[in-house]
Amino acid sequence: MERIPILKLGEFLLVTIQVDMHDRLAMTLQNDVTDMIVKTGARGVMIDISMLDVVDSFIGRMLGSMASMARILDAETVVVGMQPAVAITLVELGLSLTGVRTALNVDKGMDLLKASIARKEFDSGTVSW
Amino acid sequence: MSAAIKSRVPEVLKKHQSDLLKEWVAQQLSSTTLRSDLMKESTLREQSAKFLNLFQEATQSGNLTDLSAGAWTTVKGLLSEISAGRARQGFSAAETATFIFSLKQPLFDRLRQEYAKDADGLVSDLWQATSVLDKLGLMTTELFQASREEVIVRQQKELSELSTPVVRLWEGVLALPLIGTLDSERTQVVMQSLLQKIVETGSAIAIIDITGVPIVDTLVAQHLLKTVAAARLMGADCIISGIRPQIAQTIVHLGVDLKDVITKATLADALAIAFQRTGVIVRKAGIKSDSSSSHIGNDSGIQTQSGTRGGRDQDL
Repeated sequence: MERIPILKLGEFLLVTIQVDMHDRLAMTLQNDVTDMIVKTGARGVMIDISMLDVVDSFIGRMLGSMASMARILDAETVVVGMQPAVAITLVELGLSLTGVRTALNVDKGMDLLKASIARKEFDSGTVSW
Repeated sequence: MSAAIKSRVPEVLKKHQSDLLKEWVAQQLSSTTLRSDLMKESTLREQSAKFLNLFQEATQSGNLTDLSAGAWTTVKGLLSEISAGRARQGFSAAETATFIFSLKQPLFDRLRQEYAKDADGLVSDLWQATSVLDKLGLMTTELFQASREEVIVRQQKELSELSTPVVRLWEGVLALPLIGTLDSERTQVVMQSLLQKIVETGSAIAIIDITGVPIVDTLVAQHLLKTVAAARLMGADCIISGIRPQIAQTIVHLGVDLKDVITKATLADALAIAFQRTGVIVRKAGIKSDSSSSHIGNDSGIQTQSGTRGGRDQDL
């Protein structure tokens, strides 16, 4: 069965979706990502969907729930590189993915993750002092 | 009636074609609807001659009732050409239709001479001639309208494309100055061009300026929010600027929720926020340090015409 690779990049996970998503694949990915976060103790997950031309309501919802799951496991999620057509479709479907961070490309997504983790550390640091 | 007495319209047309043309053109030239400012006499003569010739040929088929028949194809072709041309030149619908209707009088005169004392035949043929000319006249009007509508549709399209420019204000900052009413169709174009530009330029901030939008109702607000949501999904933040006092009042009265969107009164304020977000610092260039150099350029590597923050903020 085909799988979407999850790459470990320092303390982040990088997921690049390069094939058309179908529902089974999405569910597998969700399992794999949560497993991987627990196994590696990753602090952030970046999902690159720049190759994805079609996103239906199920995949949209899956992205949202994946972000919520990651947050419970103490990891930030950033969805990067969404195509204009996909963004319009999701808005028309009424899915604005509130709670999911977004960035234009992997570069900017990485900055966002680093900044938010630095902020978190700073916050927890001030508490412990 | 028409079956019993053979129509002599084709015969009359053929026999008197050159006389008819002369009288018809004279009629058109003396008519009040003549637009000598829009069309030359020679063109009118040429069009009339062409039409009369084709009309005469078409009537020779003996079919004066069904204009969808093959014999009339060339006549209709010429008429559509003439109507479209006149619509472009600025003729009115009545002036265009008169081209056909003015043929009636010369034709009827000839028919009267031809029939002399045969009243039955005259009435029958007059009826046939008038019905066929009426049909052709109505056809001109329809064709005229169709070509006018074509022009309107094209202009609408051009207008909507013209009025949705996405401009790059700074590295990573886009602006979308909206002018005119926003409907669903236009919002779609606006949204698409904005999102496309965001991808192309990799801009993280887009300023939507609605100074030129005369009315903001719930639908327009909905459209704006959709655009903002779509841009956010792609990873760009939107700032809505240019909100006039009346519009602010309307938005609150309508109960539209703009809490999740950054709103600013003027484009300058929005740009200031955008600079802050992208870490750009704008300050007045030191004038006294070098009198010969231009007033732009400073040591931080960012060039600006004059200080926009600092001084400007106090005015607003």
